[in-house]
Amino acid sequence: MDLSHIFNLKKIAITAFCAVFLVAAHAQEHENTDSASVEPVETETGHADKEAPISETILHHIADSHEWHFWGEGEHKVAIPLPVILVTKNGIVTFLSNKHDQDEHGKEVFEEKGQQLVNFHGGYYYPTAAANHEGEYVVLDQYKVPTNEKPLDLSITKNVASMLISVVVILFVFISIANAYKKRVGKAPKGMQSLFEPIIIFVRDDIAKPQLGHRYKGFMPYLLTVFFFVWINNLMGIIPFFPGGANLTGNISVTAMLALCTFILTNVNGKKNYWGHVFTPHVPWWLYPLMIPVEIIGLFTKPIALMIRLFANITAGHILILSLLSLIFILKSVAAAGVAVPFVLFISVIELVVGFIQAFIFTILSALFIGMAVEEHAEH
Amino acid sequence: MIVGSIAGIGAGLAAIGAGIGIGQIGGKAMEGMARQPEAASKIQTAMLIAAAFVEAVALFGVVVAFLGTGNVG
Repeated sequence: MDLSHIFNLKKIAITAFCAVFLVAAHAQEHENTDSASVEPVETETGHADKEAPISETILHHIADSHEWHFWGEGEHKVAIPLPVILVTKNGIVTFLSNKHDQDEHGKEVFEEKGQQLVNFHGGYYYPTAAANHEGEYVVLDQYKVPTNEKPLDLSITKNVASMLISVVVILFVFISIANAYKKRVGKAPKGMQSLFEPIIIFVRDDIAKPQLGHRYKGFMPYLLTVFFFVWINNLMGIIPFFPGGANLTGNISVTAMLALCTFILTNVNGKKNYWGHVFTPHVPWWLYPLMIPVEIIGLFTKPIALMIRLFANITAGHILILSLLSLIFILKSVAAAGVAVPFVLFISVIELVVGFIQAFIFTILSALFIGMAVEEHAEH
Repeated sequence: MIVGSIAGIGAGLAAIGAGIGIGQIGGKAMEGMARQPEAASKIQTAMLIAAAFVEAVALFGVVVAFLGTGNVG
């Protein structure tokens, strides 16, 4: 794999340069939000355990939410409200998230279309009949997680909205590139076409062809889609403000769905040789009771490893960036910013590379699994 | 005061194992590339795939540590 034909492009260099500045802005942004959200918690409660609010803030930042938060808390909050869609016992209930977010501690019961609901830390639950001793209409277990029944939540959350934006971006880019190819047959690529052509050729020549051989053509649409979906969402996750900032590829449901697509594609295209490996492995017959279950488990562990790898890599990257920024608030001194911000810049640049490598790994492993399934002759 | 859970130690141990593994992979790949510079691109691809498999083990450790502390990312 020779990456030089991607990285030596002048435009890419300019893009990377801009990205570094975006990262600088990122550091600025998170400083603002963290100072707004962490400090009041500490002064309010004032308990000895000062690390808890910071880890809560970090987990809040990487989690999904019903609104697109910019800065500020409580009254001074600036955020884009997103539609909440709940399938309740009384049918579908919809409202904008800012309608019922004044109270997030489950202390106020509101009614929407005759359905009583309560908002507890961004989750919507059916309230209990009476409040507990803290005035909350929820029953909490030992981990402070409500045990109330909850409606099926099909909301357009921050992650869903971010995914829709990325899909619009991908559609726009690729439809215009496809049209450019139709229009300019036999001519040199131009504009966006020449920006993306090396990457598309990279996916074809370095991912699809070595793993899939002469059958690569049929799987190119899937591999290109997965590669660009993962890559663009990884990059959008690093942008700290509006069009990005959602931790989409660091959400296990999203990566699970992507891995499920690879799993289905692998097994639907599985040839005789592939299933032969599973049900009649090359071992003495008396080992079959042991080997066949192991091989069947092996079918499932491959997509599960794909799912966990992408999820954990991206989540770990986000947590790392936020933790380094939190050093400023843990040490409670502006001087710490002198160390923390350059470090965050450094890690963010690494995250740009990780975003690409993870998209590459996800795609090449998908191609590898599909390649193993479609292989027709036994090689050993 | 340092607060944490024992799950973090487990994640650290997993990271040690993965560190040794990725070190081996990277070192051997460099040796291979130095001997046969013309095969560098093929070695690089194989190296990245192997590194991804090893890295996944460390990340399983991180995920289990999250589950252990009750904070599912």
